[in-house]
Amino acid sequence: MIDDLIERMLKGDKRATARLITLVENDEEKAREIVKKIYKYTGKAYIVGITGPPGSGKSTLLDKLIKQARSEGLIVGVIAIDPTSPFTGGALLGDRIRMQRHSTDPGVFIRSMATRGSLGGLAKATNDAIKVLDAYGCDVIFVETVGVGQIEVDIVKTADTVVLVTVPGLGDDIQAIKAGLMEIADIFVINKADKEGADATFFELNLMLDLEKEKWEKRGWRPPIVETVAVTMRGIKELWEEIKKHKKFLEESGEIEKKKKFRAEEEVKTIVSDSVARKISEKLKDKELSKLIDKIVKREIDPYSAAEVVLEETLGVKI
Amino acid sequence: MVERSKVRVLIAKPGLDGHDRGAKVIARALRDAGFEVIYTGIRQTPEQIVESVIQEDVDVLGISILSGAHMVLIPKILKLLEEKGLKPNEDILVIAGGIIPPDDAEQLEKMGVAKVFGPGSPINEIIKFIDESLPKLKKFRGA
Repeated sequence: MIDDLIERMLKGDKRATARLITLVENDEEKAREIVKKIYKYTGKAYIVGITGPPGSGKSTLLDKLIKQARSEGLIVGVIAIDPTSPFTGGALLGDRIRMQRHSTDPGVFIRSMATRGSLGGLAKATNDAIKVLDAYGCDVIFVETVGVGQIEVDIVKTADTVVLVTVPGLGDDIQAIKAGLMEIADIFVINKADKEGADATFFELNLMLDLEKEKWEKRGWRPPIVETVAVTMRGIKELWEEIKKHKKFLEESGEIEKKKKFRAEEEVKTIVSDSVARKISEKLKDKELSKLIDKIVKREIDPYSAAEVVLEETLGVKI
Repeated sequence: MVERSKVRVLIAKPGLDGHDRGAKVIARALRDAGFEVIYTGIRQTPEQIVESVIQEDVDVLGISILSGAHMVLIPKILKLLEEKGLKPNEDILVIAGGIIPPDDAEQLEKMGVAKVFGPGSPINEIIKFIDESLPKLKKFRGA
């Protein structure tokens, strides 16, 4: 079944592509098989991450960026992520609303994904879904994260270019110098720039960037700040040009290779630790575990020693 | 029972009426029941809806329609689905809600809509219907 789906996907069949994304999302064994089989067809797509707080206009901005990319004849993939409820397991995925006019464009594939327990701003299967869209033939894949706060920065491990969307009036200059989200942007966007406070936000971001002048000079890329009003298209062309400039910078400076290595390392580490965790929970019988836990509670064994027992009994690994 | 959090539902509002309170209430209720719900907003064409069904690989399509154009728009959606190789009740469960008179509902159910839910349908009834119908789909047979 999977071989047939892959064959159809490579011929440009959207339904087969969509089925493959569902499979990498739902079934770890099938995800393994699919990625093993399609990996040789991947590596051509450029990945642009769009991140920022809820309501900053990521989806609307993306709608306009799709238009811009399409005007150059690029095949566009979109993965738009919204949160899964930690209470019910359900999700309401609404990013598509803003992009619906592209849904009948044969050169656009939009997929909504739910985080399903992931906390870094992406869904667990995001990287595998990207591979499917890459193999399908997308030239550029936009990944829209969930609305983020300060620390959901997984997008930096996934995207070639990270666009951080902010809006005027979110906080004072201290917010701009805090660690986390503000450090991952390759391009800053101040969306809704027709709102009061846009100039102040621009000034604060600029000031923050100026503090690290040497870093930018060494790297050869200072994150530009683009002011946009997504609903009226203001600044969109400029933003698209900046994305292309950043791509060119990565390629010419060799940073793209570094990024690819970093990403591959992160990915294989995640797969290894996930697989180990799964193997352990498969092999560890509930009875044995609860015996150990009782011992910990009774202070007969400490948690570190208990973990050593678990590792040795399930995987034969001594630490 | 099919695990709800892996069931994808698209709530679509075709046609020109802009009243989507009902659609949003259903989308929210299905979310609270644990489904993954995709909402595409108002004023969708049948083509947009069917393309979204394909790209999102949904298992359930819920159509909300209050404009009175249901006998035009819903058959068109069903036809487009079939053209794309999606057979109602085999590959996808299509349900509808809104202002749809009983005679029309009966006809739509003959055409492939699994069930039409009129105004005042208890949400639990809709959820129960989805739970009970999902195992009939090819994808979930044996689940």
